[in-house]
Amino acid sequence: MTIDEGLKSELQKQGIFLTSLQDLYNWGRRSSIWPMQFGLACCAIEMIATACARYDIARFGAELFRASPRQADLMIVAGTVTKKMTPQIVRLYNQMAEPKYVITMGACSISGGPFREGYNVLQGLDRYLPIDVHIPGCPPRPEALLEGIMKLQKKIDEQKLWQLEWYQKGIRREFPVPAFGPHGLVPRYNAEVFDPLKGNIGTVKPEKEPEFSHGTA
Amino acid sequence: MEPLEAIQKQLEEKIPGLKLTPEGAGFLVDRKDLLTVARFLKENEPYKMDYVSNLCGVDYKEYLESVAYLYSMEKKEGPILLKVRVSREDPKVPSLTPLFRGAEYQEREAYDMFGIIYEGHPDLRRILMWEEFVHYPLRKDYKPEDQDLLEDEKQPPEAIQGGK
Repeated sequence: MTIDEGLKSELQKQGIFLTSLQDLYNWGRRSSIWPMQFGLACCAIEMIATACARYDIARFGAELFRASPRQADLMIVAGTVTKKMTPQIVRLYNQMAEPKYVITMGACSISGGPFREGYNVLQGLDRYLPIDVHIPGCPPRPEALLEGIMKLQKKIDEQKLWQLEWYQKGIRREFPVPAFGPHGLVPRYNAEVFDPLKGNIGTVKPEKEPEFSHGTA
Repeated sequence: MEPLEAIQKQLEEKIPGLKLTPEGAGFLVDRKDLLTVARFLKENEPYKMDYVSNLCGVDYKEYLESVAYLYSMEKKEGPILLKVRVSREDPKVPSLTPLFRGAEYQEREAYDMFGIIYEGHPDLRRILMWEEFVHYPLRKDYKPEDQDLLEDEKQPPEAIQGGK
């Protein structure tokens, strides 16, 4: 069930605030995305600048950088992801509580960037984790990071309660942590989230609303 | 600092049986003489080369080279380069770590990247790559893996070879 936008604004003028549980729920989550304090390279400098007074990420409710994955909602992967660092990143992601989101910031974490052909750099973190927003740039300016956070907020706004991954049965809470192999990481990508021919195939969401709908109020 | 020719003359006079080849800002040393030469430069006036500022490997395809930059903190002089050439099949070089503690990590890095084995090193293992890695990635014949292939068997053989 959705509330007619016209009716909503009309009632609001009369001093009646009408909303759905879903809107309230999404509003709450989108307005306090706590990022994980986590910088890998030069992009982290831009991330720090975004958190400081001039750009002020606090305007979007995302100013509380947590030093623990258990308390964070958002992982901003700011910088070059080396093969040696990848298992730690996947492990940190597994340790984050649902709901959790990932932003890859900068060319390196998206695709390997200028180090793509090197022996030590992962060709994009989307090989192992589902990524919500990619922010290209080398490094992206703070404005770009803010735009990325706004995009993520938009994505959260559009989520349906009954489709939310973390309420589904058989949800995958553990993403396999790659191991160090003789030539590189084993496996080279997680086939469930990544297809090298198509790029990121994303996570599968249920097509239709299940019978036990608790979606809207 | 004295000119290189004078240093070479001095070294060959003091160390019997030593043959040095001037090369760039230093000498090409046979690997069996490296420790003797380095110790002589470290302990004797007027050189007092007590500091290794840089130690690295080089791959010249036909051979591998280990280059050490010696400086003198006491005299504020340097550098003198000591280069050792070894074959790819037998890449063994005596370690400078017993003489200069600062060479320890740099020798580990040269071992990690080029596979040069420093004999006498107290703790020679990989420093940047993981222990399971079998290649030496800065060697010219190393080819990085194709990260788009999921299984190793599907890798073309030329992508797997290289390194060891």
